[in-house]
Amino acid sequence: MAIKENPLLDPKEGNFHLYLGNEAIVRGALEAGASVAAAYPGTPSSEIIEFCSRVAGDRKMYVEWSANEKVSCEVAAAASFSGLRSLCAMKQNGVNVASDFLLHLALSGIRAGMVLVACEDPGALSSQNEAESRYFARLLEVPIIEPGNFQELKEMTTWAFELSEELRQFVIVRSCTRLSHASGIVTIGKLPEPATGAHFRFDGNLLDSLTGPMHSNPAPLRHNWQQEKLKKARAIFEKSPFNTYDGPDNPKLLIITGSAANLYSREAVHILGLKDRVGILKIGTTWPLPQSLVKKNLARTEKILFVEEVLPFMEEQVKILAGENAAEIGAKTFFGKNDGMLPMSGELNPDLVVTALAKIFDIKLDTSAQEWSYNAAMDAMNLVPGRELTFCAGCPHRASYWSIHNALQMVGREGFVNGDVGCYGLAIIGAGFYAMKSHYSMGSGTGLASGFGKFKQFGMEQPILSVCGDSTFFHAAMPALVNAVHNKSNIIMVILDNGGTAMTGFQPHPGLKIDAMGSNAMPAVNIEAICSAIGAKTRTCDPFDLDATRKILLEFLEDEEGAKVLILKQLCALSPDKRSGKQYAMSIDKALCVADSCGCNRLCTRVFRCPGLRWDSRTRTNSIDEVVCSGCGVCADICPAGAISKVKITEASTENVKNKVG
Amino acid sequence: MSKIRLDKDPFNIIISGVGGQGNIMASRVIAGMLALQGYNITIGETFGSSQRGGSVMSHIRVSSGSVWSPQIPKCSADFIISIEPTEAIRMLTDYGNRHTAVVSNERPVHSMAVISGAMNYPPKEDIENFLYRYSARSCLVNATEEAIKLGNPILGNIIIIGAAVGMNLLPIGREDFRAIVSRQLKPHLVDINVTAFDIGFAKTAAIN
Repeated sequence: MAIKENPLLDPKEGNFHLYLGNEAIVRGALEAGASVAAAYPGTPSSEIIEFCSRVAGDRKMYVEWSANEKVSCEVAAAASFSGLRSLCAMKQNGVNVASDFLLHLALSGIRAGMVLVACEDPGALSSQNEAESRYFARLLEVPIIEPGNFQELKEMTTWAFELSEELRQFVIVRSCTRLSHASGIVTIGKLPEPATGAHFRFDGNLLDSLTGPMHSNPAPLRHNWQQEKLKKARAIFEKSPFNTYDGPDNPKLLIITGSAANLYSREAVHILGLKDRVGILKIGTTWPLPQSLVKKNLARTEKILFVEEVLPFMEEQVKILAGENAAEIGAKTFFGKNDGMLPMSGELNPDLVVTALAKIFDIKLDTSAQEWSYNAAMDAMNLVPGRELTFCAGCPHRASYWSIHNALQMVGREGFVNGDVGCYGLAIIGAGFYAMKSHYSMGSGTGLASGFGKFKQFGMEQPILSVCGDSTFFHAAMPALVNAVHNKSNIIMVILDNGGTAMTGFQPHPGLKIDAMGSNAMPAVNIEAICSAIGAKTRTCDPFDLDATRKILLEFLEDEEGAKVLILKQLCALSPDKRSGKQYAMSIDKALCVADSCGCNRLCTRVFRCPGLRWDSRTRTNSIDEVVCSGCGVCADICPAGAISKVKITEASTENVKNKVG
Repeated sequence: MSKIRLDKDPFNIIISGVGGQGNIMASRVIAGMLALQGYNITIGETFGSSQRGGSVMSHIRVSSGSVWSPQIPKCSADFIISIEPTEAIRMLTDYGNRHTAVVSNERPVHSMAVISGAMNYPPKEDIENFLYRYSARSCLVNATEEAIKLGNPILGNIIIIGAAVGMNLLPIGREDFRAIVSRQLKPHLVDINVTAFDIGFAKTAAIN
């Protein structure tokens, strides 16, 4: 393996590297000569743009974090129209956001290759749903392909650009958490010379998407052309090397699989030693399904098991095909999601496939390991405390919700918070004192609040709040605020401005001076000025100033006239600017802290519950965990006995710590 | 290629800890060392919302041959390397078996249930007894304590990596570690990291 500063830039064909899945996708795009990449961050897709950012200079690319996924697709399409190959990436929810534009784009088609990478999250490990872009691809009527290992993440991404140009249609590459956030060895190919020259030609015929204006009319005619492209795609897919069959000519069982489930299937067959009895048809070109190829493989056997995530997409397609061709290929017995052999929700893993295969082959599994595991787990249950998710030590959200919770308690009337996607969604559980009572998609907290805030005429007296992050504000909350202001909805929108898209790894957004390519001089779009211009009464405060925050909230709660905005501005504890630098040295005066006999009922450890605090139930003492505490100083302000003290740390000592970071 | 043959192929390693402890960094360093030896490595990671104070783990599959699933099947981890002791127990019960070896930092990270007083964090001797009973070999290392002496608690991860290598189960050594950190860190940080590695290595190598 070559030793290089950035393995993505290794020019030597045939070298191999341990790439993160998303890195392999980027290498694939680089080998295809992609010039433009745009995305909105979302787990598990975010590293795609991060990797592009690091090579933008060397590869002469334009890379941006867009305000939302729809805009990222529009930026990528503009590149395609101008003759530049482009990539956009998003998590599954992003495809929903982008779909309005994509439905139009699918009708017009594209020019230079355009690839949309949809990284999905079966099991919703870092998401609020398990949505699937395969069904979106069918709705959009565009091809979708699924890499089945790390090498294919690279190769199929490169190929997707060629396919896109051959069809003059954008192509969706579907990845998932267990590929995007997994790493494997990838052998690399050649890097082409970066592309030069961009021009948007529009002097051609109104119906010629290669030379004329770009649009989707007349829709029925374009729709027909679009479907012709799908027929062409199907013909190409029939011969694709990314569809493979491994196994005996006539297996007892045929597994049809793809994506990460391909790896689970292979492992399960290995574990059960079924290599001579099971064949695996790995489909890389998922839709439109290569029907002749599948038909040929169905003819190998009578029993078929589908192993795919999450819904039975291939299962449905193949069953229709088998029904249409029953006379030719004979009757089949199908196992998969529909008969409950594998679960239709949640993530798959090798164990689930082992269980399904054992059932089909009537294999009695050795359960001694499971029994050992069960006994160990029973013993551990009384020993190991659970780990509920919470805000990090020094997280501004904990302080913000402390003030929101207290203000709502003081006012009474069952006030509540409507939220959306971000770390701050944890307020639906104890981390944010259960202040949040509705939690939906990007910007939805403010949209819901805008509705709730209008129901006084029906007797609703509850104070209505919404929260959204700074990045979410630009993504989808602005229209909701416009709606609330214009309709005089009585709400308080709290913008939790922690200086970046924190949950996904601190990507920049339009409110900051930095961009994806390392510039530090971009015009920062001012959230406060926008809110004021929209017409909302707008105030800004530091959430670590608990008194000031509560005062503004109480003032706003009294004010029943229209929409108010409170911007709580404080950097995320994990922000690169803040990391490993404590603002305060914290300590607890054991003489002043009498723990639960003081009457405060342990406000710090029982209620506030910052992970930087410790409670020892044996000695009944509170203390600071020096390793975890980030020195924000907030707990000093909540202790009624004044037992927690904060001492400002000088810049010099902070620098000293930074230099020792590993 | 490899200096020591793996006992098993694939050899399954789990690296565990609490979100924010540097679990991913540790898994990439270990996997990077093994990849330099020419092994086919597959790593599966959990990150994202699970970072926020929750349990985190990386699954590393080491093989001289093919690509394996990024999720280790239940009951088949060979080696658990943990940055937090109760997470070592959690991983052992979920993915281990009676032949699994464990090395862990002894420094607890208290969860919400413990901070609030709803549950007690187990004393060190209970953790040791559990690991003694359920694993083939185990070692608790005072990595954070040693790291604080070096000037920064985050170096505890590097001490744990040293301790893991000191268990003599992996076909990698000190020079592989130096090679990896020299690639990834600024030159002035290499020595302190190698020192941390050596501290961890000495702690387990002496026992094994």
